[in-house]
Amino acid sequence: MKDSTCFHCGDKCGENPIRFQEKSFCCNGCKTVFEIFSENDLTCYYDLQNAPGSVPKEIEGKYDFLSQDNIVDKLTEFRSESVEIATLYIPHIHCSSCIWILENLNKLNPNISDSIVNFGKKTVRVTYDPAKTSLKEVVLLLSSIGYEPYISLDDFKSVQKQVNRSLIYKLGVAGFGFGNIMFLSFPEYFEVNEFWLEQYKHMFRWIMFALSVPIVFYSAQDYFVSAYKGLKARLLNIDVPIALGISVLFIRSTAEIAFDLGSGFFDSLAGLVFFLLVGKFFQQKTYAFLSFERDYKSYFPIAITKINKDGSEESIQVYDIKKGDRLLIRNEELIPVDGVLINGRGKIDYSFVTGESQAVTKKSGDKVFAGGKQTNGIIELEALKSVEQSYLTQLWSNDVFNKEKDEGFTNITNAISKHFTLIVLGIALVSTTYWLLTDASKAMNVFTAVLIIACPCAIALSAPFTFGNLLRIFGKLKFYIKNASVIERLAHINTIVFDKTGTLTSNKKSQAVYDGEELNTTEALVLKNTLRGSNHPLSRTLYDILEEHDIITLDTFEEYVGKGIEAKHNNTALKIGSADFVGGEREQNALNTTVHISSNNNYKGKYTFYNSYRKGVAKLFNTLKNHFDLVILSGDNEGERNNLKKLLPGKTKLIFNQKPEDKLDYIQYHQSEGAKVLMVGDGLNDAGALAQSDVGIAISEDINVFSPACDAILDASKLKYLDRYLGAAKTAIKIIKWSFALSFIYNVVGLYFAVTGQLAPVIAAILMPLSSISIVIFTTVCTNILGRRLK
Amino acid sequence: MSVIYIVLTVSVIVGVGFFIVFLLAVKSGQYDDSYTPSVRVLFEDELVKDKTKQSIKSKTD
Repeated sequence: MKDSTCFHCGDKCGENPIRFQEKSFCCNGCKTVFEIFSENDLTCYYDLQNAPGSVPKEIEGKYDFLSQDNIVDKLTEFRSESVEIATLYIPHIHCSSCIWILENLNKLNPNISDSIVNFGKKTVRVTYDPAKTSLKEVVLLLSSIGYEPYISLDDFKSVQKQVNRSLIYKLGVAGFGFGNIMFLSFPEYFEVNEFWLEQYKHMFRWIMFALSVPIVFYSAQDYFVSAYKGLKARLLNIDVPIALGISVLFIRSTAEIAFDLGSGFFDSLAGLVFFLLVGKFFQQKTYAFLSFERDYKSYFPIAITKINKDGSEESIQVYDIKKGDRLLIRNEELIPVDGVLINGRGKIDYSFVTGESQAVTKKSGDKVFAGGKQTNGIIELEALKSVEQSYLTQLWSNDVFNKEKDEGFTNITNAISKHFTLIVLGIALVSTTYWLLTDASKAMNVFTAVLIIACPCAIALSAPFTFGNLLRIFGKLKFYIKNASVIERLAHINTIVFDKTGTLTSNKKSQAVYDGEELNTTEALVLKNTLRGSNHPLSRTLYDILEEHDIITLDTFEEYVGKGIEAKHNNTALKIGSADFVGGEREQNALNTTVHISSNNNYKGKYTFYNSYRKGVAKLFNTLKNHFDLVILSGDNEGERNNLKKLLPGKTKLIFNQKPEDKLDYIQYHQSEGAKVLMVGDGLNDAGALAQSDVGIAISEDINVFSPACDAILDASKLKYLDRYLGAAKTAIKIIKWSFALSFIYNVVGLYFAVTGQLAPVIAAILMPLSSISIVIFTTVCTNILGRRLK
Repeated sequence: MSVIYIVLTVSVIVGVGFFIVFLLAVKSGQYDDSYTPSVRVLFEDELVKDKTKQSIKSKTD
């Protein structure tokens, strides 16, 4: 039978697809969504994109907390009697069909008056009538069509973040002024003493003055503030000469038109500020759909079901959980606090925390830690601690999470501006002194001209455009960087620290090696079929690894929780499970997970599970070892030590049994010895190390799934190219240095005019944009060539 | 009084007018999302067709 794919979600349908209206579906969930859409004339959804949907998840009871008024209050941005507006984050938004269906929500629920998608941020802003429907109904509707919103503790903030649009305003003001000033100053470039021009030029000049006032005092204010801060900290940052240049330009131009000495440099002034702001804008652009600031709050739910003493269920806020509370955790829900399992079978997935995808089985009486996700039915647990005091969340009380990494980091532009400013001031003083002695009337003119022409516009633009463009190129290669300064720090790295589980190992596959007496064909057949019936994580893994066999019906099948499985088919009785259960020898210090097998009570052998490393890891380490110190910090035991030793170059340091705090301390210690550390990790347990390191890169199999706070997110499939990215960051620094050299040439030419006292406005008006634009072109072309080599 | 004063006044008014429109556009959030509208604009045909049908339906309830 041919494998068909689901009409709704595109997944493989398996052997028994559900047929409906000539279309096949992988599951009832997908079929239901299709039914909802076709009943409401919304099948257009499938015309825009092939199989755009996702399987709706089981959500019963999950959103009960949305009936609580105080929670709805925090989640909505506007509330009144008849209108409520809420912005919901929906990770599944990925194509034009998504936008279309979400903006047509009113067809599914007429009480929703408006829904607007922001594709970049993956949010939908829903306006609805709270008298007739509720936030809970909206969320349930979204979930039922496969667009489940992600509501986490992070949304539970009292203050809504205001969008900062000031840069766009400033850019708009500068652009408006720049354009108009160019028109007004143009006639005077070709000064021909024309009668009408003579007549009106004064008015033209004063209009230019009026236009440049908001440019200087509003658009350029950041440069003055930053220069002042720099000087206060005894630092000559790049904004000092810029602020100096802007103020000299403005004062001299105003003086010129006031005393009718010339037309002033308003055109250059406006152009300078405009180009600088364009550079800033370019650098500021980043990935709206990724968040680099996540802490545990983004993972944790807002509310949880509490079981009262009388047995009734109540939805309470996570922060209100007290020690001793009994909590109900449903399938696919996250455990928010450390606790003891009381009821039910826990199968807990800690991949958020450790990166280990293998779910852990817990039985009642076992301790469970916060951050795990229950994946098998309902469990009850008793809270041992409050949210903030849990094992995992404690990590965030460390100071490192309150520090900005950019602090104390001198970037390449500021490093050069120190020398630059001193040299320019030197030239200005020397030439002024010379002119004072020869022709005192020109001295002031020369002094200001030097400061104007040396205004380091081109230097200030080199870094933003180089890094900004590289940021985009990296983004196309699935390496998402938080901001430009990260690239610069990346270029200075000399030590790389890797986490093991989930970072070097793949989440999806593990390997199992069989050790013992070989199984005959019937035994292998029964083994595969026995595992088929079990939901234990190890059974599932082993099942996927074993070769395909026919499907047979077992005579008996019995699963013993925490021990193993017993199954019988014809004359073969298999026991699969722990050493005690099967009757094998229990090894003393076995570090790796094993599954033992016996056939008709004869011990056969065991499967030992090993991590499966990502492709290209060994090659990556071999390329990196020549330039960097390599370290592996793992939270696991030493079971993989020999495996890793074989795989990786000899000088790689391997350190095991590291708690989250240990990882942080390790990095801190090496930084104090002068190392520049790059941390590559994935789970929440690496969050401290990622924050402490100079650059923290989070590895992610799917970038839409959450990763901890970091400086960059790297798609797991691209980990093997890490060395190339590091190399590109270094080349970017070289490109910037070359463009500095280029802008110095312009400065020398400009300074020649300035020092000799013949700087006409038209020369400044040509030189300044010319230098800026050529720097932009140079850096863009260079980084594009660099990007092509990366592919 | 030369005509240039009138022309200048008019041009400044027009310029400032556009500038104010720009400020209002930023304020209304037009620049917050620069991607979705480019996709949304392509839906128009289907939307109009469906809306007419729907508007009849929704009036009844």
